[in-house]
Amino acid sequence: MNVPSFVAGMGIVSAIGSDLRTNLDSLCEKRAGIGTMHWLSSARHRALPVGEVKLSNAELAAITGLSARVPRTALLSCMAAKETLINAGWEKENTLRTGFISANTVGGMDKTENFFKLFSKNTAAGKLADVVHHECGSVTELVADFLGIQHFVSTVSTACSSSANSIFTGARMIRAGMLDYALVGGADALTKFTLNGFNTLMILDKELCKPFDENRQGLNLGEGAAYLLLSSEKGLKQLHKNPVACITGYANANDAFHQTASSPEGTGSFLAMKGAMDKAGLQAKDIDYINLHGTGTQNNDIAEGTAINILFDSGFPKMSSTKAYTGHTLGASGAVEAVFSVLTIQHGIIFPNLRLETPMKEFSFRPVTELLRNQRIQNVLSNSFGFGGNCSSLIFSAA
Amino acid sequence: MDNLKEKLKVQVIERLNLKDLKPGDIGDDQPLFVEGIGLDSIDALELIVLLQQEYNIKLSNAEDGPRVFHSIRTMADYITANSGAVKVST
Amino acid sequence: MKDYIISTGNISPQHSMDVDAFFNSRNETSNNFFNALEPDYAAFVDSKMIRRMSRIVKMGVAASTTCLRNAGVEIPAAILTATAYGCLEDSATFLRKMIEFDEQMLSPTAFIQSTHNTVGAQIALLLKCHHYNNTIVHRAFSFENALTESRLLLEEGISPVLVGAIDEITYDRHAILSRFGLYKRDSGNIAGEGAAFFLLSKQPGNNYQAVLKAVQSFYKADIVQEDISKFLTTHEMDAELPGLILHSETVYDKTKGKNYRVLKNAFPGIPEFAFKSLCGDFPTSSGFALWFASLLLKEQKAPVWMHGIKFPLKNIFIYQQDGLHHSFYLISSD
Repeated sequence: MNVPSFVAGMGIVSAIGSDLRTNLDSLCEKRAGIGTMHWLSSARHRALPVGEVKLSNAELAAITGLSARVPRTALLSCMAAKETLINAGWEKENTLRTGFISANTVGGMDKTENFFKLFSKNTAAGKLADVVHHECGSVTELVADFLGIQHFVSTVSTACSSSANSIFTGARMIRAGMLDYALVGGADALTKFTLNGFNTLMILDKELCKPFDENRQGLNLGEGAAYLLLSSEKGLKQLHKNPVACITGYANANDAFHQTASSPEGTGSFLAMKGAMDKAGLQAKDIDYINLHGTGTQNNDIAEGTAINILFDSGFPKMSSTKAYTGHTLGASGAVEAVFSVLTIQHGIIFPNLRLETPMKEFSFRPVTELLRNQRIQNVLSNSFGFGGNCSSLIFSAA
Repeated sequence: MDNLKEKLKVQVIERLNLKDLKPGDIGDDQPLFVEGIGLDSIDALELIVLLQQEYNIKLSNAEDGPRVFHSIRTMADYITANSGAVKVST
Repeated sequence: MKDYIISTGNISPQHSMDVDAFFNSRNETSNNFFNALEPDYAAFVDSKMIRRMSRIVKMGVAASTTCLRNAGVEIPAAILTATAYGCLEDSATFLRKMIEFDEQMLSPTAFIQSTHNTVGAQIALLLKCHHYNNTIVHRAFSFENALTESRLLLEEGISPVLVGAIDEITYDRHAILSRFGLYKRDSGNIAGEGAAFFLLSKQPGNNYQAVLKAVQSFYKADIVQEDISKFLTTHEMDAELPGLILHSETVYDKTKGKNYRVLKNAFPGIPEFAFKSLCGDFPTSSGFALWFASLLLKEQKAPVWMHGIKFPLKNIFIYQQDGLHHSFYLISSD
């Protein structure tokens, strides 16, 4: 079987908006969402800019209907997943096979942090309710149960490429005829654990991040959730829906260079992009836009850029990193940027790479710095690379 | 100064869990990274924390790492130059 | 659909790294946890690489290396790892230090090694394997979903696939799960851990272990007899029943477990064995069960401590259950 996967609907919550429309408007109006910490309570790193979703847990709970006591990642996930299903016109009564394949990197760590404060001093202390959703899979199930999806439920966790991998797990299952619909994407809330973890790596920019700039100083962390409802042709008929786009290519490769650092030649990035293009049957000239992984770290941008330099030397497509808007949303970033990539196709718009002043001297290409409208965009390549060398690329094409 | 270097060797081995090495195996001028002892960028970050915890010296710019952590001698020099107040005991 | 289990590598509380020892003696525990018997890791990883690895990573690397060595394969076409809890030891280490040092002077190693894809990444790094690499972290479906994905990769011509299930017992995990009442004395439930790896291929090769015929999962409160009969029919097993049932019930549960009664009714008179008595309880313990089934089918004999199985043994049915997660496996000798 070889069934194409169509994008039937999307939903997103990020630092630049709590729904699809607001995210699009912010992208078009060059409105970034990174700033002072408000919900995250880090005692020592208050000065670090972060891309928070501008809603408290209580507000997220009120909007979604989930309990405010569940991990923030579940709340964000539920918010974006619900919007996706509404956007696609999918209802619980739909009898076709629906799977939920989500991604996150630290599960219910925000609650576990509370638990550990007491537990680390006395193992009989700490509220068990705070660790019951520690597992990544538990966060997914909170949302699956809420949405009433039980045919297939899974969670992927490959650091910063997690949700790119969940997206193509869904595409693969539809292609193989195992599912009619796959709600795919990922979520991650900011936690002290990740903030302090990235801080030890000394790759957090103390100012607003500047991806692909010669003077880039690192990344800003963000949070969010985004999903796509992938559908088979049969599924689309049931939804009475014209597809927005389809997934034509996807590939996953490993850099196999270092636990955290990317190889200077960008081997993993190159293989992921090349693999996705091969899978889609596309050549470099067919790619109209690249949504870069572009974190703003020295290491990522040089590795990713080097791979692009080789792969597209016959002519560079337009490209930009949208992380200067949202921050790096880790387990959600692959999905957040997949949604942005589809918006690009849908509206013929290319979003700018904010705050880029001095292009990197190593490369002759230059990311887009102004909003471009009325673009004819057929194929978009979206990159997500992570710790552990896990590199994934997706290609979305106009349906 | 020699005391500091010896102490550093012990601390580096312990911090980086270099179980196969004894302090005597590390030459004062032997490069700690790639071609020498074989440390990598994660070790560099660990050494930054070591300086902070043991010597109260903050290396805020990771790019200074390669220079400071080139060898046991460069580390000792950096510590001496940056911490008049720290008493190095044997 | 037939996929061949070409080779295996398994670190568990039993002598699973030494087939003869495993057949001749059964390891027991008097505690409510069952730690893996760990090999000398120096035979698997050089000291420079090993110095940062926590137990889960070492177990994963040694089990996967054993699996590849047994098959004589250097580089698999894909690496998939499944873990419910991930790298708990490193996560807790970083969390504790973060609290203890008030978010200051933290070192990166524990954080770096805390991500769920650490085992899969380390395997790729040691092999210099640039191929497909994914990590599934979905509770007691982690391994089943990784197997499903492996089988789809094989269908697409990506072969052979290295897939493994890994979880570790840590002091904190045990303390927390004990507080949830998991290991109450009368439950017969003990904590377990392990790393079980498999090399899967569409081609039988010269010396395969067993055939993976089906894996199916159910996300619901209880299974019913119809689930089993449908599964057997779909996989052309209506005429003959499997020769052995490996199930995840504990010794004490079995008189009262609803799911166990369904199982008993579906397979009247078929010998059964509670596999968690060998590996302990953890969400990816089905990796151990699959290893055990493959070994029995390959060797066509029972360990000295196991009785009542008739040989030749053609098919084994595995039932794994953990909360709302139920899975059926069908494994055959050919």
